[in-house]
Amino acid sequence: MTIHSQPDNALAFPDFGDPGFGVYVHWPFCAAKCPYCDFNSHVRLKGIDEERFVAGFAREIACMRELSGPREVTSIFLGGGTPSLMKPQTVEAVLSAIAGAWHVPDGIEVTLEANPSSVEAERFQGYRSAGVNRVSLGVQALNDKDLRFLGRLHDVAGAMKAIDLARETFPRMSFDLIYARPDQTVDAWTAELEEAIGYAADHLSLYQLTIEEGTPFYGLHKAGKLKVPDNDQAALLYEATQETTAARGLPAYEVSNHARPGAESRHNLTYWRYGDYAGIGPGAHGRLTRAGHKFATVTETHPETWLERVEARGDGITESVELDTEEQADELLLMGLRLREGLDVRRWQSVAGRTLDPAREDFLLRQGFIERLGNDRLRCTSSGMIVLDAVVADLAL
Amino acid sequence: MDTPLSHIRNFSIVAHIDHGKSTLADRLIQMTGSLEERDMKDQILDAMDIERERGITIKANTVRLEYDASDGEHYVLNLIDTPGHVDFSYEVARSLSACEGSLLVVDASQGVEAQTLANLYAALDADHEIVPVLNKVDLPAAEPERIKEQIEEVIGLDASDALEISAKTGVGVPAVLEAIVKRLPPPAGGSREEPLKALLVDSWYDTYLGVVVLVRVIDGTLKKGQTIRMMGTEATYRVDKVGVITPRMVEVENLQPGEIGFLMAAIKEVADTRVGDTITDDKRPTATMLPGFKPAQPVVFCGLFPVDAGDFEALRDAVGRLRLNDASFSYETESSAALGFGFRCGFLGLLHLEIVQERLSREFDLDLIATAPSVVYGMTMRDGSEIELHNPADMPEVMKIEEIREPWIRATILTPDEHLGPILKLCQDRRGVQADMSYVGNRAMLVYDLPLNEVVFDFYDRLKSISRGYASFDYQITEYRASDLVKMSILVNGEPVDALSMLVHRAAAEKRGRDMCERLKDLIPKHMFKIPIQAAIGGTVIARETISALRKDVTSKCYGGDATRKRKLLEKQKAGKKRMRQFGKVDIPQEAFIAALKMGDE
Repeated sequence: MTIHSQPDNALAFPDFGDPGFGVYVHWPFCAAKCPYCDFNSHVRLKGIDEERFVAGFAREIACMRELSGPREVTSIFLGGGTPSLMKPQTVEAVLSAIAGAWHVPDGIEVTLEANPSSVEAERFQGYRSAGVNRVSLGVQALNDKDLRFLGRLHDVAGAMKAIDLARETFPRMSFDLIYARPDQTVDAWTAELEEAIGYAADHLSLYQLTIEEGTPFYGLHKAGKLKVPDNDQAALLYEATQETTAARGLPAYEVSNHARPGAESRHNLTYWRYGDYAGIGPGAHGRLTRAGHKFATVTETHPETWLERVEARGDGITESVELDTEEQADELLLMGLRLREGLDVRRWQSVAGRTLDPAREDFLLRQGFIERLGNDRLRCTSSGMIVLDAVVADLAL
Repeated sequence: MDTPLSHIRNFSIVAHIDHGKSTLADRLIQMTGSLEERDMKDQILDAMDIERERGITIKANTVRLEYDASDGEHYVLNLIDTPGHVDFSYEVARSLSACEGSLLVVDASQGVEAQTLANLYAALDADHEIVPVLNKVDLPAAEPERIKEQIEEVIGLDASDALEISAKTGVGVPAVLEAIVKRLPPPAGGSREEPLKALLVDSWYDTYLGVVVLVRVIDGTLKKGQTIRMMGTEATYRVDKVGVITPRMVEVENLQPGEIGFLMAAIKEVADTRVGDTITDDKRPTATMLPGFKPAQPVVFCGLFPVDAGDFEALRDAVGRLRLNDASFSYETESSAALGFGFRCGFLGLLHLEIVQERLSREFDLDLIATAPSVVYGMTMRDGSEIELHNPADMPEVMKIEEIREPWIRATILTPDEHLGPILKLCQDRRGVQADMSYVGNRAMLVYDLPLNEVVFDFYDRLKSISRGYASFDYQITEYRASDLVKMSILVNGEPVDALSMLVHRAAAEKRGRDMCERLKDLIPKHMFKIPIQAAIGGTVIARETISALRKDVTSKCYGGDATRKRKLLEKQKAGKKRMRQFGKVDIPQEAFIAALKMGDE
């Protein structure tokens, strides 16, 4: 592979390199907890007072606006939990609160996460009218047995219906799959992935199943009742994923995210390019820069406690700490190297106040784990990406 | 002090570890009223934390007991507590030389063990009268009659009048005090009119008092204000204080023949005092010196390096301060290509090494990397010169060496006979030569000649594990023997790791090399690349293992909410890496240096 003239390096965004400013809103409720999920999600059988939460979101948005100062928003993301359980009016109210706080140009990416089980045509239309222009569907698998294993409430037929409806309703659509399931062979996964690409629009998120502490799967795994593919098998599945998606025109632009060039998630790019983002709602994280100082914010995770906190004092922030240069440099590095476009080395140097260790960089270069691009960028090669965490640990020293 | 010689008894207690020596000492102190009840804490004589925790005695300690015997007379009993462990046999010998008799304490259920023998022989060497004491007779498993037979059979000591006691409950202890008076001899000879002659038994550094010297007066009188001369070092000091230890330090007017006590005299360092030296009056010196002792020779060496190179000065300070109180510990600066600056340290044995390491990390809060322990090799070079090799990394070119010699030990092992097979195999595997084997009931006593370098790593651990803790072991260094030794280097990713090189017997090299490579394979974490691990003699690779490359190590999901958690993980990784050492781009955890040397199941 030559280092010069990499056409796939060029993203369609005119603001290449500009990390942008994203707004994330967390809807912390689900119809049921999935056994692999360690996200901040809660089940409320007695229903949820959405109006009260909307008021809470609006108050916290105003508060975050105070912290961030005036900014131009480049993307909005409604994640969860299951945001598609929100009423369209709730979504509309949240989006208008954001537009009231910051400058929100027309046509920016506005994504909503949706579960196939909670899809209704009428709701989708409502979200679309409220301003959502991209949905991300939690499909997770294309066979019913594995969907049941993953604790999903939908079946394959329901997923198909949701995909079709989403493609009809929204200009942009993505869906998630989870692979490296128990006993999954490379052949079976490749076939499922090929099928998925057939249904895909221009974006897919493909995650390896990981056993997270505190989940039901963690307990089963520890007790030996759940066997996931070993490291070698997981590597083969990962490699097959890269090959299959690249061959079908959906190459990875990030470790687990695949898109046709130009169809990348603008919002998630902000995270990986280490831009600022406001985190609204229970358990949301933010990064906000004020007068050259970067702050990390975290809010109360428990939904009702968060709400009471917001109602009492305007925000649910439990922690707001300034990141020192070393911490910022670490975050920039570990996020940036996840991207196919790589890390802006000059920016890293100006954040860190030093250069990368030349001996380590040279070693990783010679071993073929990283490569230099002409425009002061450093990125992982495919053999570096599969051991990214080790590469980052090596460079971070 | 005016106690006639006939009313003084100087004695020691010799025992195997855990047979109750310290408990008996406590009980004797308590029963003679030397300490108020409220001052009693278990094992008074084991002053250091480490001594108390491990149930061992490292430094000799002494206590003076005032005893009113059943004959109506008042006696002064000086107990010198001796270290029980083989590493400190040198200290045992000199402590014993200040006494005339010993209590031989044997656990009434476990019976005679290896250290019982070693310490008893030391006491007999010092011409001691021996009173056998069977301890723990209150335990259900106690078999005093069988153990008495065993003592007579193994040691050849008349055990018919052995005392049966429980130091724990106090049963039988009064009889021990009576036996000390009746059966142990008073100090021989000694005249107050003669010029001062005293034995320097021990010395230690006390943070508040400075150097304290423990003495046994032979002739004359030692008193405050006197100018004394150390006959060996020829240094003179003015005595600031003399006193006895009860175990509180109590100042007295003077110390007279037969008495044991301390003196302080503005001595700066323990190293200024030579144990075994003769102390006399500067103006009126004695004509004859006491025979003295050979200085303790370190037999095991290892490198100690700070994990953080910035701690080197702190380590220098710490070893210096330890040395103040432990003249048998030696050190000199060493620099290693891999580990940076540190110290090559000499120890009396493995336990001594462990204790020093532990004290450095505990008392001085230092993170250390210890390299492979090594023995001292003797070498005759082709040009006729003689070299002492303390560090395998300094091994001269093979072409220049005429002969290499290594220290051998005579080891005594006592074990229940069901473990005999594996123990014989262990000794055989370690190049042992059997010198004797005998049985007492169902216990076997093995005597083996072994090269010390085969024992120095993990012999004792292995022995304990294959005998489920029942075998006991003791040794003494006997001689240096010529041997076919080669230097084995370990290469990690093609780079020699000096801290892992060692001298091994040619016949054992291949197996040792294979073991080392296999162990390192498990100890070194996977890297992004394949890591060859090789053992080599000269340019020849004799064993090889490969650590396969890390196949996959990438976090699948990482979004805005994950940045903090991932950064904290990275910070932890960075801190972990600081605790490792890099060789040929390979990070080796510091624990690996010692762990690699401990051989697995054989």
